[in-house]
Amino acid sequence: MRVDGKGLIDRTKPVRFRFDGKDYAGYKGDTLASALLANDVRLVGRSFKYHRPRGVLTAGSEEPNALVEVLGPSNQTPNVRATMQEVFEGLVAQSQNRLGSLRFDLLAVNDYVSPFLSAGFYYKTFMWPRAFWEGLYEPIIRRAAGLGSLSGKHDEGTYEKAFAFCDVLVIGSGPAGLMAALTAGRSGADVILAEESHVLGGRLLSDGGTVGGMAAGDWVAQVVAELLAMPNVRIMARTAVTGAYDHGTYGALERVGLHKPARPNLPRECFWRIVAKHAVLASGALERPVGFENNDRPGIMMASAVRTYLNRYGVSPGKRVTLFANTDQARGVARDLMAAGVSVAAIIDPRPDASAVEDCPVHVGAVVIGSRGRLGLSGIQVRKGSETIEIETDCLAMSGGWNPTIHLTCHMNGRPRWNEDLAAFVPMEGAVPGLVAVGAANGSMSTHGALVTGHAAALNAVEALGRKVSVPLPEAEDMPYRLKALWAVEGKGRAWLDFANDVTTKDVKLAAQEGFRSVEHMKRYTTQGMAPDQGKTSNVAALAVLADATGRGIAETGVTTFRPPYVPVSIAAMGAGGRGEGFAPQRFLTSDQASRDRGAPMIEAGLWYRPSYFPKPGETTWREACDREVNMVRQAVGVADVSTLGKIDIQGRDAGRFLDFVYTNTFSTLPVGRVRYGLMLREDGLVLDDGTSARLGENHYLMTTTTAAAGLVMRHMDFVHQAFCADWQVRFISVTESWAQFAVAGPKARALVNSFLEVPVELPFMGVAPVRIGGVDGRLFRISFSGEEGYELAVPTRYGEALFRDLVARAETMGGGPYGMEALNVLRIEKGFITHAEIHGRVTAHDIGLEKMVASRKDCIGKAAATRPGMWGPEREQLVGLRAAAPISAGAHLFVPGTEVHRETDQGYVTSVGWSPTLGAWLGLGFLKDGRARLGQKVRLVDHLRGLDVICEVCHPVFHDPEGEKLRA
Amino acid sequence: MRLTCPLCGDRDRREFYYYGAEDYLHRPAEGAPLADLDNYLHLRDNPAGVTKDLWYHEAGCSQWLLVTRNTVTHEISGVELVAGRKA
Amino acid sequence: MRYSGLKVITEGLFGNKGWTPAWRDPAPKAEYDVIIIGGGGHGLSTAYYLAKNHGITNIAVLEKGYLGSGNIGRNTTIVRANYFLPGNSEFYSHSMKLWEGLESDLNYNVMHSQRGLINLFHSDGQRDAFVRRGNAMINQGDDAILLDRDGVREHLPYLDFDNTRFPIYGGLLHPRGGSARHDAVAWGYARGADQRGVDLIQNCEVNGIDIENGVVRGVQTTRGAIRAKKVGIVVAGRSSQVAAMAGMRLPIESHVLQAFVTEGLKPVINHVISFGMGHFYISQSDKGGLVFGGDLDFYASYASRGNLPMVEHVMEAGMTLMPMIGRAKVLRSWGGIMDMSPDGSPVIDKTHVDGLFIDCGWNYGGFKAVPASGWCMAHLMATGEPHEVAAKFRLDRFATGHLLDEEGTGSQHNLH
Repeated sequence: MRVDGKGLIDRTKPVRFRFDGKDYAGYKGDTLASALLANDVRLVGRSFKYHRPRGVLTAGSEEPNALVEVLGPSNQTPNVRATMQEVFEGLVAQSQNRLGSLRFDLLAVNDYVSPFLSAGFYYKTFMWPRAFWEGLYEPIIRRAAGLGSLSGKHDEGTYEKAFAFCDVLVIGSGPAGLMAALTAGRSGADVILAEESHVLGGRLLSDGGTVGGMAAGDWVAQVVAELLAMPNVRIMARTAVTGAYDHGTYGALERVGLHKPARPNLPRECFWRIVAKHAVLASGALERPVGFENNDRPGIMMASAVRTYLNRYGVSPGKRVTLFANTDQARGVARDLMAAGVSVAAIIDPRPDASAVEDCPVHVGAVVIGSRGRLGLSGIQVRKGSETIEIETDCLAMSGGWNPTIHLTCHMNGRPRWNEDLAAFVPMEGAVPGLVAVGAANGSMSTHGALVTGHAAALNAVEALGRKVSVPLPEAEDMPYRLKALWAVEGKGRAWLDFANDVTTKDVKLAAQEGFRSVEHMKRYTTQGMAPDQGKTSNVAALAVLADATGRGIAETGVTTFRPPYVPVSIAAMGAGGRGEGFAPQRFLTSDQASRDRGAPMIEAGLWYRPSYFPKPGETTWREACDREVNMVRQAVGVADVSTLGKIDIQGRDAGRFLDFVYTNTFSTLPVGRVRYGLMLREDGLVLDDGTSARLGENHYLMTTTTAAAGLVMRHMDFVHQAFCADWQVRFISVTESWAQFAVAGPKARALVNSFLEVPVELPFMGVAPVRIGGVDGRLFRISFSGEEGYELAVPTRYGEALFRDLVARAETMGGGPYGMEALNVLRIEKGFITHAEIHGRVTAHDIGLEKMVASRKDCIGKAAATRPGMWGPEREQLVGLRAAAPISAGAHLFVPGTEVHRETDQGYVTSVGWSPTLGAWLGLGFLKDGRARLGQKVRLVDHLRGLDVICEVCHPVFHDPEGEKLRA
Repeated sequence: MRLTCPLCGDRDRREFYYYGAEDYLHRPAEGAPLADLDNYLHLRDNPAGVTKDLWYHEAGCSQWLLVTRNTVTHEISGVELVAGRKA
Repeated sequence: MRYSGLKVITEGLFGNKGWTPAWRDPAPKAEYDVIIIGGGGHGLSTAYYLAKNHGITNIAVLEKGYLGSGNIGRNTTIVRANYFLPGNSEFYSHSMKLWEGLESDLNYNVMHSQRGLINLFHSDGQRDAFVRRGNAMINQGDDAILLDRDGVREHLPYLDFDNTRFPIYGGLLHPRGGSARHDAVAWGYARGADQRGVDLIQNCEVNGIDIENGVVRGVQTTRGAIRAKKVGIVVAGRSSQVAAMAGMRLPIESHVLQAFVTEGLKPVINHVISFGMGHFYISQSDKGGLVFGGDLDFYASYASRGNLPMVEHVMEAGMTLMPMIGRAKVLRSWGGIMDMSPDGSPVIDKTHVDGLFIDCGWNYGGFKAVPASGWCMAHLMATGEPHEVAAKFRLDRFATGHLLDEEGTGSQHNLH
């Protein structure tokens, strides 16, 4: 119910929203949880395993029960914490994990058979008969499990990622965080203050009191106003710091648009990477529940949450509230309620020496032992000595003390320290370099303690930054924190520890009974701490129960490890920018548009897009176009954009010597004006890449790499140079993107090329020369990847498109035209040229028949490793050609005809195939054991996946023009 | 994770390519026994603690860096240029 | 104690008071026939098969933490037999057969579920490489089906077929691929080994290996010296440190591999999906979480935690491939320490010390190998001869050049 005169909500701005099909009203500033409580809605969800009715337990992101689906105009979001979701006009949410309605969930039957669903029961059954696991048991389990639902539709929401840098990152804006931010801010340092909630102030907003002689809320407002006015301070509300990473990097999730109706271009969330020189962790503490029988009914809540709903949202979660708590601090909850006119039925305090003086009945030395109320709390049983007291109540505020919120300090494997006085774990100092925990996060539970430690941490950071500042400390309460640890009340029934995963004290004890005594075993066996809240409210109590069951202390029992993220982060936020084509850069040829204009389908080649083929009117399949283009190159002239090949410009006195070192063959002897094919090995002796290098001048080479290996080769050469011969006079740089380069191939290639040149050039095969093309300086190479007389014309990139269009137009007047990747592939197979389909990282120079290219008189990268016994010899598969009358396929395996087909009889495999219109046969390249000794033999090609079983002839890989007469014409 | 490149300063890890242990710098002379090659290419001390390894400032200055780094804490205590290192 | 549905019911009726410990908690004896260093998946399965297949039961498994505290408890639980190089092919095939009988063998429900694995491809070249792989799988006697784009759409209608950076050309379906409940595998083997008399000794860290005249004599531990006739090092993640105690330098570099799980969701993904272009793989656990991962962080590390660049890369890959998972929230990320070898394949071999054996180098493929690794390591330790399906996992293969490089990326540890 709403309480007059309380809360920070804006009562002038009513908001309508819908939950489970029913309309409700709330106010701006409400969360879904506070608004539902204001409307007396207590039942908001069903538990994971037993489908128990559940209500709101907390007022923060640690909420284990109140998880709902938020329905948007185009999609739905599962597992949203009602305690964090702000209401807005038109918000629609629904409960989840139920079969039927929330009130009558058919799966609640699980609760009645719970004795058979104890911890780990599924490891002991569902094994017989075997086929029933996948056919019956598992599908039922899968359907019953899970919480909220994804729609299955693409998430079309907008998400962002961003970087931020600061001197001091302050995490949390309670008294410690505000004091730290104020101190660092006044020093002039760059400060980021991140606060998970939508308002700053932390527990000062819930607990009230005075700071510096003024009401706590006023002090918060004053400090926030000052921080907002500082240009060096950035306040990030609705931002949860989710992880601590190396070297001062923090992940953070900002809820940018989740509190508003969706609209185009409004990001839902932004994932921040914050790099901070210093960080102050002022994340406060999380209150912990107490285990007792049926402690999970709607209406049983954390005491601090009750106070937050009252003071921040103007809501009392009950009309007749009971407090069950073991600290003096929690008494404030009852006092605030009574002051606001809410009836408090009783205070139950397990400490026998606690004060009994309050304006309501107080039972000291008493504990709650049970509750009743099917869909919401109606009463509790209290044990005081030998007496059992029944109390009518619709809301039980419970507190078992506090756990410092130390999660971020554990993200880099820091193990927290057990503090017996606090009965809680506190951070290990220095666990995250540069990060200091202050306030309640470090066990300083009073407001005074928070202010002092926040101030001190900021001063230290400021000093380390070389700055000076003096900020007076305001006065505040410094009440001692005194508690008697109470994890669970002894009793026979089920007492929940982990509300989210339905783990009770019985489960933890059963784990210990069955030998799962390590805290990690207990966690994994019972699933405690593995739910959406990651055990925020349950971990410490569970390990305390385990410690008790195994007769060890809590410190000895230890903790499981908190890992990022602190609060769950949507995949879309951390993956922002990855949607669709954003996943990887796109590289376009200068001829891209010209190719698309001709209807060429563009296909991905690494990051590049290249034309597959250039269809002509009347052609209905890619094969028709490909065959035509192959014939065109063989009979007239074809033009292809080959600019994707890597180009590395190498200069210096030792350039030739360097190439001799990275290539297996010799380049220092290459005459100026000539080009040579080179083979490059990795240091492990396997082929890295191949390509041509041209000598443009005495100390100037231009290397060409394959498209796929361009980056790899550049990195490799940088390493070889810097690691092994840094003193050599050689420098190189990638010029791949500086030049557009076009292959011109076919019997009419020379004529086409010459039509462009101001001075026609007579180049020998494997020659290179500077040329002038249309007034532009370019280069002409006589090289061929097709087996025809071939040239490559290179011009600066900005002239690429014009040259391509002109080349194609002139080629067409000669019976030629452009050709695409398909034809290029057939042409190179006919000629037996290899690509990375063949040099796939497992082949040696010997395997591809190029062992003679490894010069004997010099060292080169990979030469030594290639001599290892396993790297050569007849047991290895060698490159061969394959020829067949029927279609064959790449990926097929090779066998001796007449033998059985299985792994042990496998003789090799096929890497590339194509229909050769030139030879009228199917041609392939592949690797065959001792293949070069088997030329002329038949092999059986089997492709189970495509249903092919074909006899092929083993051939020399060069099918077309084996003597190279056309090349040299 | 961040690295301080001697040429470019404090930079994000995303700019760097990682190769492996310093051993890759110790290339055996031509004709050395295959055992040396094994040590160079394959066998590693692989310490849980301080190590030296090779990073390449690929999206920066193209320099290979020899980084002194703790494999347990990820603390970086030194970065030098491979090309400028003292042998 | 034998587990069954009936047992669960009878125990449930009597307050679950009768369940006994899944394994004993023995103190180490002074001497054993065999010591297995490492109580992870591979170590426990080695002990189990030594006892079951070879009748050797005087065994201690020494674990420095708790049983199953290494990578068996922090992986993405994928089980597959889709390798193509001879040497790997038969090994993983054997492992798959063991998986298929594991529940009844162990009397423990490890929830092995063959819901099918689909490897997507995005170019003609990738398709051909996967066809080569699929044919090798069939040649080995396993299963593979080539799916075209429409075939993939039938299985995985929720992928982005229209707008992704690398369009889906098709996929290789491995129907027997799937997943299992990782912890249960460790616990099932532990319980099985314990029942056969193996001493599982937790919180017992080995800090020395005793060798006399080239023969192993036992180990030094935090719980005292223990003698043994044979010692097996099965400590992937810490292999280099333990092997160094025997004077060995291994072909291994340790790297961190992160993985992720989301909050529980109602079933949306049935298969295991692998997206090679993005180094991304995903499945949904029986509990409802999406379990997924990507590539290594790429720098040598023992930190068992990672950094954001790879986290974000994995998420971006998920978003380009299947944007329907965008609103699923990542609940937890973790990192495992991988023994990365220079060819991506493991080692199960003798060492230069008589009686000392090593099982290591699982890169990031160790989970599915657990049954066969234990089977073959047990065979080697019991007979002194390598098992035929693991005969190529030799320690000296890098020196001799007999590599098993499925990725083809060469002698750089972190590229496999």
